[in-house]
Amino acid sequence: MPRVVVDVVLKPEISDPQGQAVLGALGRLGHDSVTSVRQGKHFVLEVDGTPDEAELRQIAETLLANPVIEDVELHIPKD
Amino acid sequence: MRIGVITFPGSLDDVDAARAVRLAGAEPVALWHAEHDLKDVEAVVLPGGFSYGDYLRAGAIAARAPMMRDVVDRARQGMPVLGICNGFQVLCEAGLLPGALTRNGHLHFRNRDQALRIERADTAWTSDYEAGQQIVVPVKNGEGRYVAADADLDRIEGEGRVVVRYVEGNPNGSMRDIAGVTSADGRVVGLMPHPEHAVEDLTGPGTDGLGFFTSVLKAVVAA
Repeated sequence: MPRVVVDVVLKPEISDPQGQAVLGALGRLGHDSVTSVRQGKHFVLEVDGTPDEAELRQIAETLLANPVIEDVELHIPKD
Repeated sequence: MRIGVITFPGSLDDVDAARAVRLAGAEPVALWHAEHDLKDVEAVVLPGGFSYGDYLRAGAIAARAPMMRDVVDRARQGMPVLGICNGFQVLCEAGLLPGALTRNGHLHFRNRDQALRIERADTAWTSDYEAGQQIVVPVKNGEGRYVAADADLDRIEGEGRVVVRYVEGNPNGSMRDIAGVTSADGRVVGLMPHPEHAVEDLTGPGTDGLGFFTSVLKAVVAA
């Protein structure tokens, strides 16, 4: 069954206090090489038949993400 | 006058909201999110709580409930709708109000009595206040930080859509201290603080919140 992945991340201009808290923890663990963390959501959808990109984009942009504050990345298998 | 209070799975403050409606002199009507019957109500309150456990995003799944389709249709025709806390999140997710509510800037749940300034005293839910009046009502949220892109905030401010603003300290990092906003026609209002918890001296910090529920009585008569 085709597996479609949707990644949802906060828009760059929206601050991410959860990501900043993770970054702070990394600093306390000595991982000074990490300079920024943005936390997002990762959805894995199993789809019957050939995935319909337009429908999946609609699902992503009207339910999985809130376009006011979030961007989506669709990953649809090509074969 | 009949005012509906919608209960979603995970709503907490629906009983308090109904009580505030009754104390204001109206008849509260319990509505269930999964139905399609607004039962001839003339206004609707979306109460606080954690609908659907705040899964996905706070208010996101409730905003797509069957009853919300009716609420959105009626609101676009001018029916007054008040969203409190989770109800505010639902209204933003449903596209009736601009902006979004996200995790508090300091990541802590914040629960305290909060001073607010009424910025707009000409909406359906705030006409019993004076513009510039300061009130105190409880605030209690973990995802109450009002956000939008800067250009959108400029537009929201420019259109006078900010109804209430936090004063004497911002409890959650909301941009520009915004505690509540309204629709372009002033009929739909959402705010994170809880006016329904400030309607009786015995159980709240005072009765400053009652004005939201008395204001709408005039809004419906005037409509």
